[in-house]
Amino acid sequence: MKLTKNRKFGVGETITLFALIAFAVIILYPLLWMFISSMKSYDEIYNNVWGFPEVWKYENYIEAWSKGISSYFLNSVIVTIATIFSVLLFGSMAAFSLAKYRSRLIDLALIFIIAGMMINPQVALIPLFNILSAFDMINTRLALILPYIAFRLPIAILLLRSYFLSIPKELEESAVIDGCSDWGIYTKIYLPMARPILITTIVLTAFFAWNEFLFATIFIDSDALKTIPSGLMNFRDALRTDWGVLLAGMVISSIPMIVLLIMLQKYLVRGLSEGSVKG
Amino acid sequence: MSILFLLPSVVILATFVFIPLIQNFYYSLYDFSVFSQTKTWVGLDNFKVLLSDKVVQTALANNFKYAIISVFFQVAIALVLAYILEDKIFRRVAPFFRVVYFMPVMISISVIALLFGFIYNPQMGLLNSFLDLIGLGEYGKPWLGNSTSAIYAVIAMSQWQSIGFIMVIFIVAIQKIPKELYEAAEMDGAGKVRRFFSVTVPQVREAIFVNTLITITGSMLVFNEPYILTNGGPGFSSITMAVHMYQEGFVKDNMGYASTLAIVIFILTAILALIQIRLSGTGKDE
Repeated sequence: MKLTKNRKFGVGETITLFALIAFAVIILYPLLWMFISSMKSYDEIYNNVWGFPEVWKYENYIEAWSKGISSYFLNSVIVTIATIFSVLLFGSMAAFSLAKYRSRLIDLALIFIIAGMMINPQVALIPLFNILSAFDMINTRLALILPYIAFRLPIAILLLRSYFLSIPKELEESAVIDGCSDWGIYTKIYLPMARPILITTIVLTAFFAWNEFLFATIFIDSDALKTIPSGLMNFRDALRTDWGVLLAGMVISSIPMIVLLIMLQKYLVRGLSEGSVKG
Repeated sequence: MSILFLLPSVVILATFVFIPLIQNFYYSLYDFSVFSQTKTWVGLDNFKVLLSDKVVQTALANNFKYAIISVFFQVAIALVLAYILEDKIFRRVAPFFRVVYFMPVMISISVIALLFGFIYNPQMGLLNSFLDLIGLGEYGKPWLGNSTSAIYAVIAMSQWQSIGFIMVIFIVAIQKIPKELYEAAEMDGAGKVRRFFSVTVPQVREAIFVNTLITITGSMLVFNEPYILTNGGPGFSSITMAVHMYQEGFVKDNMGYASTLAIVIFILTAILALIQIRLSGTGKDE
């Protein structure tokens, strides 16, 4: 039968499988190399590129942590959490209003927010630098947090709004009869029901704020306030030949997002697909 | 009440997105630096400079190279990968490959770029020593220090990092295709390649359009990779529009001209965004 012939594991499938494995090696090997080399000495990284270390230098991690990564880490955590919290709060409030009401003003606000999605950080960079300078905010954590919120809000609002639109109207009608205010409907009905999409928003926002590089490089000069992506550049320049320590710092920097990926995989995939396919 | 709910978002967006955008147009008509508060009106002179700026030509060419290569890998190859991983025959191994291919997406670009600095290093780099190992050592070169290969080395790293991202979007799109379509095609004797072209591709058409636009938009904005790996060099060989803007503004302190460069980036990406919004029907009620 044709049907069974199509399903069997033939030559084509074997070749395909090998191609998949080869591609997996291309992806995994550099990451594995980074991990293994992070416990080597400079000499070993230079002269023994492929091998395992003679002595596993765990100290590289302690050194990386104490030489700066701990402070970059803390800054990244503060900036990321502040961004997430604000995006969730302001974004869900706006999305609630956009999903629940109909008026000229609401339509205008929706267009405004969609237009916000079209503007990229690069395009606003120079005026933003001047605005932040005028408010004396360059070299403060707010110089990152406020623009991060602004550039994540449109996508968050649109994601949340499309989810809010799917919440049955009957629920809030009965709440209104029970004397529930708008604020009550928002906090007691919409927010609890939107939990999955709120988690998606958290993951997408965390991923952005943790890895953002351009603003982090330009708006923060002081080493003490740098986040991980820009801090790593300072770290590289300061270390010169301490490659093992640099690699250890790189591994430490990657761990939170990999853990988040493994924990919240399904929400991330959902966000990526809805966020991009639906704009 | 609805206004109160909208107010914080609207204020934040206006202050940090829209006002800067408008200011950027205004800045492009002036000559000024960060340190002097006085702006000198130059009218459209910055735009005249832009038209004869050789670096702009190199940068735009690099952005377009970025776009073409990225569309091939991140749309065409990613779609094929997604199709293979959704094939019943690979069902048991697919989750493993999915996670592996997606892993670089989650890692910060600084980490990835520093890692590729080690890979491309002419003395101890993984790439050259791998070529030595398989007897192709003569093709080894200082990948980032060579003005022909630098931009391709930068683009290659981006493909390595981002292919998994688009692949996952395609996987979700493929999962939504009704199984009956494949069964009918199989009944008609269509092989796997035939089914890919006659069922999968037409069914995920919308995702293909949108992913293509996302990829091209990303290529017009690319900053981090060339900035960290090569700083646009050697010479200007791997410069992109965003890196050029950064150097003019924050290295040479030519803020007016940098704003003019930002306008070019804005126009390129805004057109793409408009097409995307049109296609995906954002804002329409379903």
